[in-house]
Amino acid sequence: MKTKELCRIISQEMIGPEIYSMWVQTDRIADQARPGQFVTLYSKDRSRMLPRPISLCEIGDDKKSIRLVYRVAGEGTREFSRLRSGDDIEVMGPLGNGFPMEEAQGKRVLLMGGGIGIPPMVETAKQLSGDVAAAMGYRDALFLTEELSRCASLYIATEDGSVGTAGNVMDAVRENHIRCDVIFACGPKPMLKAIVDYAGEHKIPCWISMEERMACGIGACLACTCQSKEVDGHSHVKNKRVCKDGPVFPASEVEL
Amino acid sequence: MNTKVNLAGVELKNPVMTASGTFGSGMEYSEFMDLSRLGAVVTKGVANVPWPGNPTPRIAETCGGMLNAIGLQNPGIDVFCERDLPFLQKYDTKIIVNVCGKTTEDYCEVVERLSDEDIDMMEINISCPNVKEGGIAFGQNPKAVEAITSEVKKRAKHPVIMKLSPNVTDIIEMAKAAEAGGADVLSLINTLTGMKIDINRRTFAIANKTGGLSGPAIRPVAVRMVYQTAQAVKIPIIGMGGIASAEDALEFILAGATAVSVGTANFSNPCAAADVIDGIEDYMNRFKVEDIKELIGAVK
Ligand SMILES: Cc1cc2nc3c(=O)[nH]c(=O)nc-3n(C[C@H](O)[C@H](O)[C@H](O)COP(=O)(O)OP(=O)(O)OC[C@H]3O[C@@H](n4cnc5c(N)ncnc54)[C@H](O)[C@@H]3O)c2cc1C
Ligand SMILES: Cc1cc2nc3c(=O)[nH]c(=O)nc-3n(C[C@H](O)[C@H](O)[C@H](O)COP(=O)(O)O)c2cc1C
Ligand code: FES
Repeated sequence: MKTKELCRIISQEMIGPEIYSMWVQTDRIADQARPGQFVTLYSKDRSRMLPRPISLCEIGDDKKSIRLVYRVAGEGTREFSRLRSGDDIEVMGPLGNGFPMEEAQGKRVLLMGGGIGIPPMVETAKQLSGDVAAAMGYRDALFLTEELSRCASLYIATEDGSVGTAGNVMDAVRENHIRCDVIFACGPKPMLKAIVDYAGEHKIPCWISMEERMACGIGACLACTCQSKEVDGHSHVKNKRVCKDGPVFPASEVEL
Repeated sequence: MNTKVNLAGVELKNPVMTASGTFGSGMEYSEFMDLSRLGAVVTKGVANVPWPGNPTPRIAETCGGMLNAIGLQNPGIDVFCERDLPFLQKYDTKIIVNVCGKTTEDYCEVVERLSDEDIDMMEINISCPNVKEGGIAFGQNPKAVEAITSEVKKRAKHPVIMKLSPNVTDIIEMAKAAEAGGADVLSLINTLTGMKIDINRRTFAIANKTGGLSGPAIRPVAVRMVYQTAQAVKIPIIGMGGIASAEDALEFILAGATAVSVGTANFSNPCAAADVIDGIEDYMNRFKVEDIKELIGAVK
């Protein structure tokens, strides 16, 4: 049976403006998790009933821990940011499908992330071998660049132009003439849209990780749907569940 | 110790079921708990044809609860009967199929289609606040409540549960109308219509503008309505609205509910319904309650 686990926090640190990195002890989730999957975190304050979905940023080498990197966006993530090593947190997962790593085998892979879409790219990069490029878009301050540059050629775009290409990830890809056979992307909708257009133009197979408000996180409540191009096999309408059928979708399958 | 309860001739092993729409058809939750522990599984509302539901965002969290405007997305009765029912029939639990529609004919079509299926009861949702036609329109006028109940009853081969809306001036009037129409059981409450505004984006938090409020925030309203209704009708009541623990469930039972449903709490704890069952048994042990029926409506 799957369960929601009460996990011990190993460490927590601020790694950027309002960006926190938390290592959590859990053999079961670490053992089963794949890059691009997510977990849900639960608030201790019972007035906040819904889970907070957070992507897996890294899986511990010993397969006994996971790393979550998140931005304080509201009260729930604010509460998590106050937890310290030794504290407990309720975690459920791993959830969702993750990136199709087999599609990247032996190919030139381009990982693209923007903002809080960057964290899942770390474990993805770690598990890919060969020719991996990573184009990451930041507002201003950088985070996770060390981890990413260890397993990929890293290209950075910043909105304020303080580091790398001034502009967004697509500007970085063009400026650096990055060539690739497959794209994995995660980030805000406008960024995903630009990437999907680029991939379509160059006929590059592309997978994107989507975000939506969630209640159950496991596919039962139909809160987190996105629109699909074709009638979906589960819902029998043009809707897919981000939490269960995604969060990663082939770009050709969903409407942005 | 006896935890069995009887709803219109259907015997449940315990009074705890899942609230429609929060548990799908049980498939996803079966990975977290043994569905055979449940008194019954109440499925997501199903219509005669597939419904696409509302645009997103469909939900928003609120203090002690949430708003939802899923818009009754469902794959239609044919897929439901072919895929979901055979799955549920593998478990030792009762199956209650929640039915939605836009017109009386829609409801009747689903009810007729279900007549030959191996299910235990039907719950007719005349109280969904999130669809433009049907749904709540049938649930806010006593004449309409009675009319749709009797139309459904004419066709149903299984006991019929009418699910009432709290978005009315007088719940007793609606409950009596359903009883007069021939309802075997009443379910209450569905969600309370609400709204949340996102002050940063200066827009509605959910795309539908309004949504149904559920969760612990609505529990006192629900307990009050169950109590009032239990005083006014003879048919049994399934109580729901913010049940997250055995203590919450017991409030409803003491107020007059024969059974209870766990809804929004499934989202914060996928084993919430099983935990409620355990907690009720603990309570019965602690207070030496031989039969759960001693508790039903014990608070007058
Ligand atoms: C699959 C997935 C993976 C994610 N991975 C990460 C990650 O790795 N790092 C990170 O910083 N953030 C991530 N997010 C976004 C993160 O879930 C939200 O920032 C977080 O839920 C905000 O909670 P809050 O209580 O601080 O904010 P509040 O605004 O107070 O939250 C209120 C409600 O809205 C929901 N909500 C608010 N913003 C979002 C959002 N953007 N997406 C979904 N639900 C939201 C909350 O879960 C909660 O139910 C991810 C979202 C999804 C869907
Ligand atoms: C996401 C969601 C979907 C729901 N879908 C349905 C539905 O399809 N049919 C129905 O009769 N009630 C539906 N409901 C209402 C619940 O069954 C229940 O009556 C209500 O939420 C109050 O209980 P709770 O506070 O325990 O959730 C839904 C509620 C939620 C939160
Ligand atoms: S959050 Fe419930 S179906 Fe995705």
